Amino acid sequence: MPPTEQALAHDALPAALQISNLNFYYGATKSLKNINLSIKDKKVTAFIGPSGCGKSTLLRTLNRMYDLYPGQRAEGKIEYKGKNILDADQDINMLRAKIGMVFQKPTPFPMSIYDNIAFGVRLYENLSKGEMNERVEWALNKAALWGEVKDKLNKSGLSLSGGQQQRLCIARGVAVKPDVLLLDEPTSALDPISTAKIEELINELKDDYTIAIVTHNMQQAARCSDYTAYMYLGELVEAGVTDQVFMNPVKKETQDYITGRFG
Amino acid sequence: MASTNPNSISSTARVMDKSINNGVYQRRLLTHRIGITLSFLAMTIGIFFLLWILLTLFMKGFNAFNIGMLTESTPPPGATGGGLLNAIVGSLLMVGVATLICTPIGILAGIYLAEYGDENWFAQLTRFVTDVMLSAPSIVIGLFVYAIFVANMNHFSGWAGSIAISLIAIPVIVRTTDNMLQLVPGSLREAAFALGAPRWKVAILVRLRAVKAGVITGVLLAVARISGETAPLLFTALNNQFFNADMNKPMANLPVVIYQFAMSPYENWRALAWGGALLVTLSVLGLNILSRTLFSQKIQG
Repeated sequence: MPPTEQALAHDALPAALQISNLNFYYGATKSLKNINLSIKDKKVTAFIGPSGCGKSTLLRTLNRMYDLYPGQRAEGKIEYKGKNILDADQDINMLRAKIGMVFQKPTPFPMSIYDNIAFGVRLYENLSKGEMNERVEWALNKAALWGEVKDKLNKSGLSLSGGQQQRLCIARGVAVKPDVLLLDEPTSALDPISTAKIEELINELKDDYTIAIVTHNMQQAARCSDYTAYMYLGELVEAGVTDQVFMNPVKKETQDYITGRFG
Repeated sequence: MASTNPNSISSTARVMDKSINNGVYQRRLLTHRIGITLSFLAMTIGIFFLLWILLTLFMKGFNAFNIGMLTESTPPPGATGGGLLNAIVGSLLMVGVATLICTPIGILAGIYLAEYGDENWFAQLTRFVTDVMLSAPSIVIGLFVYAIFVANMNHFSGWAGSIAISLIAIPVIVRTTDNMLQLVPGSLREAAFALGAPRWKVAILVRLRAVKAGVITGVLLAVARISGETAPLLFTALNNQFFNADMNKPMANLPVVIYQFAMSPYENWRALAWGGALLVTLSVLGLNILSRTLFSQKIQG
């Protein structure tokens, strides 16, 4: 497909999150500058760019994680289901239940594998024992972890290996049935085998979820995303269909970064 | 680049060769040896006195150990034999009640400080006052409880003693709980928030749980501390020569009995004081060992 047709098809798809004129401040420092981007429904959008370019910051505005820290604020508009989630009256806990997040370092809670999954579900649903068991199995299956942990659900989540812990965290995020999953460098602390498992997982999960992933690994972005956004110094330099961004980038900066000629 | 690399490596090697015997390195080595020697001396002096104290305590204390010590109450002046039953029961009751009072207050206040301590002035003030209370002389606390509680009730009581020693334990528990919670990595809290959990659930179900062992250790150490406190009990629980399990009356307790008996003219009283001292030391030692083994746990992250 020629680039123009791809771009048209891109625009026609429904957006899960529509970001417009977004600015973000750490105190007086402006770290996101006028971001405009739509994150397509049931697609994988990858954010690439050098360290400190604002990819993680952008991800953290999407579920308002920055709200935990005084002095951080966002201005502009992020539309989710027709509502600006940056509005003061947004129910943040509800928002985070719908827009889940997985972090760079695996963060299993200090409880059993079963309870790690059930923790989030119990917050918003009142399930019977049987239904909860089903949900836990379903989530662990989604994260390709069920086979490895089904006999030790009562063991601590901390007893798993790093790669398993990260898949547990993904299962935990999936278990609450969110619409959007934000993955902040989910494989940067993992070995290649665990990384491959998580990438496979991303490919499967995109049938049901909108996924936004921040990654430092260019091949990973190329392998598992449908759309790619390149950011530099708090600005969105280029965004588009992954194949196009990687094969035929519009901006020279993008090409320099992707080909490793950056800096 | 490639042409300068070999040069820089060989020049580094030359510097290293030279530095083995140069003055800077020799001086540093000397400083290191002096430092290590001083540290070793300091440790030896500390350990020496500690062992001396323990040895004396064990030798004199074991002589007083017998079944009577655990089954009989403190003897009247002039009588032979006697034991410490009333003091042991009194101490257990008062420390038990104090533990029930100070554990929830201390842990909850610690959670409050860890969660909100950096955000508002009231919490910062609380943290400051807690630190002051940590080093407050325990006799001042005893006088305080005497003035507001004992003086108004018009009699000494076990309750007053429990209140006094819980006032000493609370700041210890608050501080350890606060410190332990600060060790929980921010990423773990964020992960819980990212699931849409409200703040109190994150604080109690995730953050506190991650350092449960450390907090329990803090409580045990605070209990160990108050079980040996004498000064705050002098003005509050006083003492009681007879067996008494009524918290509303003056109560015998090990520290005050040790204090009074150790300076008495009666041989059997002094022996009981040594026995009591050994008993207190052993239970404090036991609590310390318990907190260091059973509840030791690495901090996650």
